[in-house]
Amino acid sequence: MNTNHNAELYNERSQRIEDAIALRETDRVPFVYFSTFWAARLQGLTIQDIMFDVDKYIDVSKQAMEMIQPDAYSSLLFAFGQTLEGLDFKPMRWPGHGTGANVTFQYLDQEFMSVDEYDEYLFDPTGFYLRKYLPRMAGAYGIFGQFPDFPATAEWDLIAAAGGFADPVFQAGMKHLFDVGEKTAYTLQQMGAYMQDMKDAGYPLIAGGFTKAPYDLFSDFLRGSKGCMMDMFKNRDKLLAGMAKARVLLTRNVEATTKQFGCRYVFMPLHWGLDGFMSPDQFKTFFWPELKNVINDLIERDLVPNILWEGDCSSRLEIIADIPPGKAIYWFERTDMVRAKEVLGDIVCLRGNVPTSLLNLGTADDVDAYCRNLIEKVGKGGGFILDGAIGITDEAKVENVMAMAESVKKYAS
Amino acid sequence: MNNNEQKLIDLIIAMESTEAIKLSAEMLAAGTGPLAILELCRSAMDIVGKKFEDGEFFVPELILAGDTLEQISALVKPLLAKAGEEGRQKHGKVLIGTVAGDLHDIGKNIVTFMLDVNGFEVKDIGIDVPIEAFLDAIREFQPQVVALSGFLTLAFDAMQETVAAIEAAGQRDPIKIMIGGGQVDETVRDYTGADAFGMNAMDAVRQCKEWLEVAD
Repeated sequence: MNTNHNAELYNERSQRIEDAIALRETDRVPFVYFSTFWAARLQGLTIQDIMFDVDKYIDVSKQAMEMIQPDAYSSLLFAFGQTLEGLDFKPMRWPGHGTGANVTFQYLDQEFMSVDEYDEYLFDPTGFYLRKYLPRMAGAYGIFGQFPDFPATAEWDLIAAAGGFADPVFQAGMKHLFDVGEKTAYTLQQMGAYMQDMKDAGYPLIAGGFTKAPYDLFSDFLRGSKGCMMDMFKNRDKLLAGMAKARVLLTRNVEATTKQFGCRYVFMPLHWGLDGFMSPDQFKTFFWPELKNVINDLIERDLVPNILWEGDCSSRLEIIADIPPGKAIYWFERTDMVRAKEVLGDIVCLRGNVPTSLLNLGTADDVDAYCRNLIEKVGKGGGFILDGAIGITDEAKVENVMAMAESVKKYAS
Repeated sequence: MNNNEQKLIDLIIAMESTEAIKLSAEMLAAGTGPLAILELCRSAMDIVGKKFEDGEFFVPELILAGDTLEQISALVKPLLAKAGEEGRQKHGKVLIGTVAGDLHDIGKNIVTFMLDVNGFEVKDIGIDVPIEAFLDAIREFQPQVVALSGFLTLAFDAMQETVAAIEAAGQRDPIKIMIGGGQVDETVRDYTGADAFGMNAMDAVRQCKEWLEVAD
């Protein structure tokens, strides 16, 4: 393909996605590519193979992109095996470190901040992170516990605190981190080159930045799911205050990190707000208000929240309709898409939701029929992006992925 | 039932955890028997479970009530002369675990809790359970129902392989097998060879009651 043709394709695809988000009718429904490790199977590699080798990861991803030719793709490549290993990262298990070579990374549900530590977090989150939280999260971050407590010093004490950097344990720890940093920087540099190659090949991004709902941050990485749920009853004000603080921290750098990729889309997978987990009242009190603030913060910065609502959120649709129209993407996993279209069709671009069971176990004809139904019903009038329920699963059959990718070219909305 | 007894049940149901624990300690000090306290907690948990089934309570209420029960049990257990379980009639045995490769447990724990409060004897063998461990537990525990949990899509194969191994070991009949977790649906049920799938803990309770012919 020549450069001009690819640039035309890039503009055409970008426009198609932008039109879908703005709820304008498009020539056809766009299809986007998001996966963690599916591409590994195209070359008979394991998840471990590509998680520890960004160049292999990029090679298989390029092959996948060439096969699928999506309208946009996600920048997320999970090639941080060496970084996780170097950090001795505690909340996760990954291939070779607690899971098998072909078993994806998984988070462990744990408490990293005790209930007694809310006040410390609220008073001085950076100090709390350095001295307590980061050493709990990763063995290699243990040395941050020795970092001089600068706000507690004044004048000559502040100057003399530099002596702390002479500590041999601190120095050895920092040297180790420099090494981890260099490996990580190489991964990021290769990812940057991959994104440039994809741009040159005519593919825009659908995800550049990343952030979370404040409740999910507290549940996944601070209090643990049990602690957070108990806090709803026993420490309600502290949980609410903590999330309000976290929201400011979560969004203060996201504009810079997203736009460095020449992209406006911020990916936000949601974990704990779904139907069945929380009551509608709990959702309205603890989950939605700060999430809505994050959404509005992003929109005010001319960013596009690209939110994956995991599970079934059918009972939340009326509540989550309260955002500015035509400015975001709601990607639903198991929510009834036809009902979502009825409730949210004039508010937000919908994305999804070919079931994982169909992609992994069904036939290409099953997938084709499912996609056709989605395109015709949910794609009607615009505002719809076709994707798997959680993207393309690691085990999805190749022919089923191709059937999904091709369906948008076969069927009109 | 005296005033305090009813109050203890009410406090647990009202999610007044601290007050419920305090009242339990006071009742124990005033001479209420430890078994009687546990029985009151059990009655409260039955109501919590019922409210969860009815959609009035959600997971946070189950978690808090479960924690309250745990803390009251910790007060009571040292006072029991023998750690014998109360002789409550059980409807049948359910073996539950998250299949190999998958480390998720919250769904499994909720199902375990709900089956327990609905009168089933539940043995939970944890997460990332190898096939052999399921086979050993079936031989030892002799369940009527085996419940396979899994959140990730990789669980489809692990569930299928576990069901096949149970079959190959000659343990399939008369056991009923159900599956549940994030991605599970009828397509997955068919693929794994399980007898039923469930979308939530209430489905699991309903299915076990149907299989074991327990009246509602």
